[in-house]
Amino acid sequence: MITQEEILERVMKLIVPFAPPGTPINPDTDLAQDLGMESIKVMDMLMELEDEFDISIHLNILMDVRTPAQLAHAIVDLMEHADGTV
Amino acid sequence: MGLFDKFTKLAAERASLCDSQIHPFGIRIDEMYSPTEGLIQGKRVILAGTNNYLGLTFDPASIKAAQRSLELEGTGTTGSRMANGSYAGHGALEEELVDFLGRRSVIVFSTGYVANLAVIGTLAGSREVVLLDADCHASIYDACKLGGAEVIRFRHNDAADLERRMVRLGERAREAIILVEGIYSMLGDQAPLREIVEVKRRLGGYLLVDEAHSFGVLGANGRGLAEELDVDSEVDILLGTFSKSLGAVGGFAACHDAQMDLLRYASRPYIFTASPSPSAIASVRSALLAIRNRPQLRSQLWSNARRLYQGLQASGYQLGPQVSPVIAVMLKSPHEGLALWRALMERGVYVNLVLPPATPGAITLVRCSVSAAHSFGQIDHIIGAFASLRDPTGPVEADA
Repeated sequence: MITQEEILERVMKLIVPFAPPGTPINPDTDLAQDLGMESIKVMDMLMELEDEFDISIHLNILMDVRTPAQLAHAIVDLMEHADGTV
Repeated sequence: MGLFDKFTKLAAERASLCDSQIHPFGIRIDEMYSPTEGLIQGKRVILAGTNNYLGLTFDPASIKAAQRSLELEGTGTTGSRMANGSYAGHGALEEELVDFLGRRSVIVFSTGYVANLAVIGTLAGSREVVLLDADCHASIYDACKLGGAEVIRFRHNDAADLERRMVRLGERAREAIILVEGIYSMLGDQAPLREIVEVKRRLGGYLLVDEAHSFGVLGANGRGLAEELDVDSEVDILLGTFSKSLGAVGGFAACHDAQMDLLRYASRPYIFTASPSPSAIASVRSALLAIRNRPQLRSQLWSNARRLYQGLQASGYQLGPQVSPVIAVMLKSPHEGLALWRALMERGVYVNLVLPPATPGAITLVRCSVSAAHSFGQIDHIIGAFASLRDPTGPVEADA
């Protein structure tokens, strides 16, 4: 069973290519404010996350998610709804 | 905090691109001489950034029809079709589009943007799932936001990626709304509609195709990509605009199911917007006849598109993936794009500069749109201007 910490770790790793090179990323980094990620980049990142975790993540989630920690939490919720394994 | 403080970053970005020289984001065309020539900042230029694909903005019959409508019906409808009623021309155009497209229901809207808001924003409500090509136009994204649907993007022009995402949806895929475009406005490439239709056959869903850039441009009769690829019966709704190949302003939706007419009573962007002016409708009706009766316009358009695409390719520019009336020259940076755009203006060629984040993959585009009204001489002038600016040793640099 995959833990929330493992999900967070994978989320943060996946964000790296979308962030400016060398920018530190921690669980509470604000994707827009701290990393300057424009909406198109965030949407592209969501597609990658969908494939990484084999789940559907709709764009509306972005209204409530600003940081890797929040993203990981949302993914845990989605995975629970998907097959109840988390 | 000031009302406009949140635009500080935008203002800085704009300032970095818009110095005292001519800049692409405030262009004013002072005089129009033809579909392909105008006056900008005192200079007569070839217009290759207008989406005037068939050159019908100066079609004599369309102008005459619009003039007659102005005299008989006045300058505007001054209200919405729901509140104030439709004019005869609105209904006549809808019937003519029903006949032209071979569909049971057509609704005419005030713009193409409004057509997307009205149809997608109403059909794709908060209980629906939308699967949209990642490169879909902003109006489609805005429409999804308006309706509150759950939006899932799939990779551009990748039917296998669409299928993968639909499989994840399980049973919900059967009722999902799939959104693609006939020709994409940024790179000029066409949707792989046959492959997408195959996915729909296997997994279900409803397919909506925005033919804004392909109506009048593709297909044996100019109906668009769905006709070109012989999959029209599988496309639930076609969306389109009157502001490109038809040379005016307005939009439409066309459906095989007559029940689409119910949107007239459910769609806020239809109900609460002023209807298209009667003269615009009159010119569109005339332009539609031109599309029907003058297939040579499409032949000329494609002949011009091939000539420009091949000319730019031979000059060493990196272009969009296929020959198209939308020809995108891909550049490395906004400043490189701006330098090329300005140099082209100096050489009498007006095109569009499109910058990230409006572009796919964060690339900078200098985008040309071809018209059937361009002469080969004008196309060759455009090619010559681009070729003269091509530095074979590297990217284009800003003029000193």
